[in-house]
This record gives sequence, C-alpha cells and structure tokens, in this order.
Amino acid sequence: MSHATAPLIEVRDLGVRLNTSRGPAQAVRGVSFALRRGETLGLVGESGCGKSVTALALMGLLPDSAVVSGSVRLDGAELVGLSDSSYCKLRGNRISMIFQEPMTALNPMHTIGRQVAEPLRRHTGCSAASARKETIALLDRVGLPDAAKRVDAYPHQFSGGQRQRITIAMALACQPDVLIADEPTTALDVTIQGQILDLIADLVEERGMSMILISHDLGVIAENVQRMMVMYGGTVVESGATDAVFMRMGHPYTQGLFRARPRLGARKGTRLKTIAGTVPELADLPAGCTFADRCGIVEARCRVALPAAVGVGAGHDVRCLRTDVSMADAAGAVRV
Amino acid sequence: MTVLDQPAPAHETPLLDVKDLAQRYTLPRENLFKPAAHVRALNGVSAQVTAGKSLGVVGESGSGKSTFARLVMALERPTSGSVSLLGRDLNQMPPDELRRARRDFQMVFQDPYGSLDPRQTIARIVAEPLTALGRMDRAALRERVATVLRQVGLRDADMDKFPHEFSGGQRQRIAIARALITQPKLIVADEPVSALDVSVQAQVLNLMQDLQDEFGLSYILISHDLAVVDLLCDEIAVMYLGRIVEQGSPQDLFAHGAHPYTRALLEAVPRARAGGVRRRRGAQPIASQSTGSAGCPYASRCVLADQHCRDTAPALRPVGQAHLAACHYAEAVMALPPAVAESG
Repeated sequence: MSHATAPLIEVRDLGVRLNTSRGPAQAVRGVSFALRRGETLGLVGESGCGKSVTALALMGLLPDSAVVSGSVRLDGAELVGLSDSSYCKLRGNRISMIFQEPMTALNPMHTIGRQVAEPLRRHTGCSAASARKETIALLDRVGLPDAAKRVDAYPHQFSGGQRQRITIAMALACQPDVLIADEPTTALDVTIQGQILDLIADLVEERGMSMILISHDLGVIAENVQRMMVMYGGTVVESGATDAVFMRMGHPYTQGLFRARPRLGARKGTRLKTIAGTVPELADLPAGCTFADRCGIVEARCRVALPAAVGVGAGHDVRCLRTDVSMADAAGAVRV
Repeated sequence: MTVLDQPAPAHETPLLDVKDLAQRYTLPRENLFKPAAHVRALNGVSAQVTAGKSLGVVGESGSGKSTFARLVMALERPTSGSVSLLGRDLNQMPPDELRRARRDFQMVFQDPYGSLDPRQTIARIVAEPLTALGRMDRAALRERVATVLRQVGLRDADMDKFPHEFSGGQRQRIAIARALITQPKLIVADEPVSALDVSVQAQVLNLMQDLQDEFGLSYILISHDLAVVDLLCDEIAVMYLGRIVEQGSPQDLFAHGAHPYTRALLEAVPRARAGGVRRRRGAQPIASQSTGSAGCPYASRCVLADQHCRDTAPALRPVGQAHLAACHYAEAVMALPPAVAESG
C-alpha cells in the first residue's frame, strides 16, 4: 500500500533566517527529515539551538520578517510559502502543537470548554452543542476528572498537570496527522511528566499520528521516540534511531551533553564534565562547524566549512569530520 | 534530625536546627457563613544541618519545599515550631538583630532572569546585602564585589554591566556572588539550576561544589531533580504534603529507599540510555493539602497501602543508621530491589 509507505511529512533542507536586534541570524540550516504515519521523532538541544524555530516553521507561526527556505511537504502538498489563510485551515486541524508552558498557552479569560471547542468550531463547522459534547469527550479522554462538570471552569482553577492535559485536548480536537510537542513536560513534576508522556504516547498510537517531540532532556527522548535529531547552532549535528544514537554517540556535542548531566547514584563530590564555553549567539555563528569553538578535538579543517553529515551506521548520521576519533572515544565514555 | 557520617559531639550546636515547623495558610473564604479553609503547607518538619554539610529537599510541587525554604530564611513567621541558626531562634529576635543575623544565611533563587533587577548594575546588585547591613566605604565595597565576582568565575570588568548583558548561567553566578558577599555560613538555594541548560547547569553545580570546599559553606538545596541533590548533598529529605516522609544519606535513599514515595520519584526519572522503554506509571491522583484525613497522606497513591495505613498515620521513625522513614511497611519496602539503575 503506497499510502502507508509514503512519508506524511517531509522536510527538505529547511532554513530559517530571523531578523534579530543584532542583525539577520540564520536560526536553522539544512534540516531534513521525513516521518511516516505513526512514527515519532525527537529533537534535542540546548536553548538557542533552533529546535523551537524548526517547530514554529512547520506550524507557519514564524514572524513575518522571517525568511524560510527549503521545502516542507505535508502529504505531498508544499507548505513553505503558503498564504496565511490556507495555513489557518491546516493549523489545529492537520498539524497541531502542544506548547511548553500550560500556564501561558491557555487564555485566562475564556473557559476551557470554549478553548478546546475552538478548533472544532473553526475547522469542522459543527454546531455549538455537538462541539460541546465532543469537548467533554476529549477532556475525558485526556484524563481530566469530572470533565462534564468542569468544562465551564477557567484555566486558573486547574493545576499545572491538568492544564497541560487541557492543552493536549485542544491540540487533538481535530484529530491532527502531525503532533508537535514542544517541551510538553518541562514545567511539570517528574511523576506528572510520566503521566503526560504516557498519555501522549497512547494517543499517538491510538490515532496513528506522527509526533515530533522537542526536549532538552535526554532521558525523555530516550524513552519516548523512535528516532532523534540532536541540534546545535541551527544545524542537525547527529541523527539516527534513538537506540543507535544512545549506543554509539558520534558527535562531540552529543557526547558532551550526555556527560554533563548529573546522574543518579554519582557520589557526592563527583565533578561533572562540562562543555567549555557557551552556546554561540545565532547572529554570530562560527564559519565552519558550529561547535568548533567548544569542541575538544577541533582541527583547522573544522573551521573551514560546515561539515557534511557522515553515515556511521544504518540511518545514523553525524555532522563531524573527526568521527574516527570521537567515536573511538565515545565507545569507552558511554560504557563507563 | 540526624547528623551524617560521624555524629557530632553532643555539646556542639548544629548550624541550623529546625524543630517541629508548621505553617498554615488561610484560603480565601468561599462561604460567608462558614470559617475559611486552611492549607497546611508544612506539618511538623524537623531537620538539622551541621556546618559544612548540605541538606537536599526533594518533592513534587505542593509538597512544601519552598515554604520550608522561606521559613528557614525567616521571610515568614511559622504558625508553630522554631528555626534556630547557631543556637539563636530567628523568630524570637528583635527585627534589628534579625537583620544583622541575615549576614549568616543567604538565598539563591530559581530564576536568574527574575531575581536580578534589570535597572541596576552588577556592582549594586551584588553589593546590596552588604549595604543593607550598614554603611560601607565605596572603594572597600567595590573591592569586595570584585573579589566575589572572581570567586564565581566572572571578571572585575563585569561590575559596571547590567544583567541583560549576561547569559543565564552567568546570571546565576551573579546571584551566587550576591549570596556569597556577606560570607554566609548557610546558603538556601531554591531550584538553582532548573532554569539552566544542561551544559551550563554542570558549570554552576561544579562552582557550588568548589565554593563549598573553599569556604566550608552549608547548602539547603531545594530541587525536584534527584540527580542534582544526589550530587551536592550529604543528606536528603523527601517531602510529601508538608511532611518529611523519608530522610537519610543519598546512598541509603537510592539503594534501599524505605518509603514507597521515594521509590515512585526515582522510578519516574527518565533514563537516558539505549533501549529505554517507557515504563507504565498509571494514574496517581495528587492528594489535596486541605483535606485532613486520619491515615497516611500517601495512602491514596500507594500500591502497598492497606486498611491500617488509611486509619493510622505512620510516624517518622529510624529504619537504619541515620535513616528515617514514615511508613508502616518501611522494612518491607527496603527489602525490595533498588530502584535506581542509571546507565553508565
């Protein structure tokens, strides 16, 4: 069946240039991936690495001054350059997003029922009464207790975890094909985080959606997605199947990120291995490899041009010139 | 309640002694004819910190860990109980004396973007705790500011800049410099690294360790991240609904935790390793703080709870050397295999 094998969303050489106060900044460069129905992809990286800008570009939510290049195809239809009104028909309907801050993603002035029903009313044209019924069913599905009674309550009457459930209900209202979850659990406690991730995984499975999960937490990525991409300075520095990447990390940045995490069971007084320097400003990225200034194994040739992605395993690509050294290193580092 | 490693001689007063601390907040009145409801944010918490040692406080939001921090900092008066620093009860002191005593305990806040005044120079921000203690010669003050900035890894030249010129990690260093300037004995840090990126978080955690080694500081570290607390602390208190449910060394808690809640927290931490399969957790309703039921407050979420748990609240009791837990079945829980198994 060609329907099952063709990618649902296909991104090719996506680039985003933003106008910042410090001049134009290339926030995203050469991001490519394809997702079939039911597949999940994780984006990892620190703040300013371009993961949220990538998500906003897919949603068509970048500021007007941003310049998007490359191609984003949803079921074969090109999204880059689409008019605002056509994008409005897709957003919340075929592509949905769950935002990081459930406190700010909800409008405090409207009841949650009205906010969850909004995409339904807008995209499906159903009546107010049937939208309300559907809303209650959705809130029930995401595990909000007493949905029928609380549908007319306001956001401030809910806890953080409950609010995140409401934003998930909102994102799922029209049964989207692609779900983008931008740090959906960063503002929540670990125990609530587990419940929310379980819920998202169930829904992805149940409705055959494709999911893009953005997180800075390597643990969340390891447990929740099939494939992952590590971003740094607007480029994808490593991509591959999640298990393959965690088994053999190829890029010095991925390795650095992994080693810098405090881990359970480390004795007091253990020093964390930091990555020297700080994340570069997008407005003044180095000319060659974006990680060159912080890399432990940098050479002169690294600074000449952005390295191409090198295959180091089946579907596992690393954008580094020195994988021979870094991967010999990593084999030991990850096991220790 | 306990002193780790070797017990300190009995005559030595601990740096911080918190006894049976309770805090109750009154909720807005919902019915004109009924008394206003209360939230018991803190319910009889006792803890001690020895000079040079660190206490970690972990728990979910609403467990009372931030209230604990505010009471230790004497930013609020407790409903009952006492907080003593070097043997002096902070809440019995005259205001003037309390202000001078604040030299010995300082705080670092969670959000380095919100905790620094954007309109003041770094020199003024960092010097403020000293200027609040009394007048000081300007040149001497700037000299002191330069010293602490160097101690946290910033340059003297940063003194006349404004907060917006710094990254998140640098701002948290400035916040730590501000806490250090009075040469305190205790620093209360409320989620000091949760707003920072992973690589920057590691730098700040290393700095906090270095400063402790150099100045013999004590930390009270409030965090929801068990790994962070494990790294910096000699003793950990796990809080649930305003009570300490387990207390002990990180080794004891992580290798053989005696309270089901400690185990639930540990199991909920996602593991960064290949083949990480999502472990099903099942719904766990959060009990409300305002309901005062008779039994164990964790009973509604506990897999081991039976009728005895729902009827009688367990007391915090010793279950090992310097290891306390508030569970009727602590011994059985300790016998379970360890929950923690991080890769590497």
